[in-house]
Amino acid sequence: MNDSPMPSPLLAVEALSVHLRTDAGLARILDDVSLTVPPGRTVGVVGESGCGKTTLMRAILGILPRSALVPRGAIRFEGRDILADCAASARGRIGFVPQDPYLSLNPVFRAGDQILEIMRRHAPGTRRDHRAKLIELFRAVQLPDPEAALEKYPHQFSGGQRQRLLIAAALSCDPALVVADEPTTALDVTTQREILALLRRLAAERGLSLLFVTHDFGVLAALCDSVTVLYAGRVAESGPTRAVLDAPRHPYTRLLLACHPDRASDLTGIPGTVPAATAQPAGCRFHPRCPIARADCANAPPPLLSLPGGRSIACPHHADALPEPALA
Amino acid sequence: MDLAVAPGETFGIVGESGCGKTTLARTLLGLQREAAGEILLEGRVVSGQEPVAARRMRAAVQYVHQDPGAALDPWWRVGRTLAEGLAIHGVTDRAEQEARIAETLAAVGLDVAMAARYPHELSGGQQRRIGLARILLLRPKVVILDEPTAGLDLSVQAAVLRLLRDLRARFGLTYIFISHDLSVVRRVCDRVAVMYLGRIVEEGSAEALFREPRHPYTRALLAAAPRLDGQAAGPSLPGDPPSLRAVPSGCRFHPRCAMAVPLCAAQDPASEAAAPDHIVACHRWRDVPTEHRDAA
Repeated sequence: MNDSPMPSPLLAVEALSVHLRTDAGLARILDDVSLTVPPGRTVGVVGESGCGKTTLMRAILGILPRSALVPRGAIRFEGRDILADCAASARGRIGFVPQDPYLSLNPVFRAGDQILEIMRRHAPGTRRDHRAKLIELFRAVQLPDPEAALEKYPHQFSGGQRQRLLIAAALSCDPALVVADEPTTALDVTTQREILALLRRLAAERGLSLLFVTHDFGVLAALCDSVTVLYAGRVAESGPTRAVLDAPRHPYTRLLLACHPDRASDLTGIPGTVPAATAQPAGCRFHPRCPIARADCANAPPPLLSLPGGRSIACPHHADALPEPALA
Repeated sequence: MDLAVAPGETFGIVGESGCGKTTLARTLLGLQREAAGEILLEGRVVSGQEPVAARRMRAAVQYVHQDPGAALDPWWRVGRTLAEGLAIHGVTDRAEQEARIAETLAAVGLDVAMAARYPHELSGGQQRRIGLARILLLRPKVVILDEPTAGLDLSVQAAVLRLLRDLRARFGLTYIFISHDLSVVRRVCDRVAVMYLGRIVEEGSAEALFREPRHPYTRALLAAAPRLDGQAAGPSLPGDPPSLRAVPSGCRFHPRCAMAVPLCAAQDPASEAAAPDHIVACHRWRDVPTEHRDAA
């Protein structure tokens, strides 16, 4: 982790809104979301199910479903708007590590061939170059016996090894940014730790930026320089990871962290549920569940306030103390 | 392996995939026959039976499935699934079934109207509550909870853990809590057993085991868990979890153990009491450095 000021961003998500047409009406999945990933930094996106993490990631990867509308916003990568001009070349510069290493490889093809196919589409060079590079990548992700690994089928690898294969695949086209979707949730803690250490080392060695989508604050604390907390498709809070975890300011972040078993004084949960994307409340989307909500919270969405130390909070009342019963 | 669970306690079982947690649960339930050894329930021997008979003798032991959505029939309304369990256990009167379902749904914090819903209409937390209601209907004494918080969001997890605690007090339940989430286990369990490749390598009160882990494997497991304070503690554990098809000789952990000596490959370590109510199976537990982890 690195505490020096953030350089100009590699990836910038600017006031992005994504809506989906559904049978139940228009689902406002993301609303006015901004986020930056500076070169060489690791940025975490955290939130519970239904907060829009997956849609944000899909927008960045250029794989939004056909029913998606983008009424506002832009995604800039290396200075170009990749939302408007989804040139395939830009995609090769963004690698992706999926969530489930068991479901993300086709069982009937050799794992090596599946990665070579990606390289054939996106990376320059001959098949021989690609093979040589892949063996070097297998060595970098510490797969045992890299030459032999090229000939193996997915079932011949353990879960941790499959995640290493997928990390090699994400790196195969020399990306500047790697987007990782909860890459360790399907793994045991000891394997998780090895994979997190590997990602940290590879990012440092290759000067990679990482965008890490997770719901696990422990993983966030271990890996990310800064964090953006999403709630119901909006940014609730963002800032340096340690500052946000040590002193959360938004009432949602405060209540959520109070649910963590390492921290909870008593197990409470947050009353109510995350609203459906087709029925978002007016004003602040958290206000129906918020213990410090005031009348004005239901009027207009709160602006993202900038605070010292690179932090932003979408709550005008963030200085108010939470009532004791909520945290008791 | 030996294991004793006291009435009213929450007994945690932790370990990596393939360590035998689920097999242990299946054997306790009677779904799988034991190869050797005895199982006693309230002092009565319930082992050595054919599976059907074993299951009948252990009706007081019930199991909450790891994935409650997969354990519900998608074509059946929840109420019908709940009533089926009662019918199997001899409660066939419709009125009594309905009364017990209403009472149990209220106990797990759900509205009676939920009984008319289909599983896909429920959230993850609601499915979890239905899974609990389903076994509470049968008035069990021992409940085996298999990864009860896997896949739940933090805020829902907190509510489910609180509910489990309240139900234990209200119905006088004993829990066997199978989990790989060490933060949760530390938080809710009274005693904990750590399993590795089908053996219990360490067992003790949750407080003692987390404060002063004695077995090198327990120490590696605790060190690997991501912590909110971001502190990575201790050495990492090399290698993948081994397979039961190739069980190492001697201590089963020795190929991955940084402290292994030739004795470890030759001889299976016996369980020894490291402290009162703290058992460890390691030749070298006395040499494990006992630097204290933080108490929080």
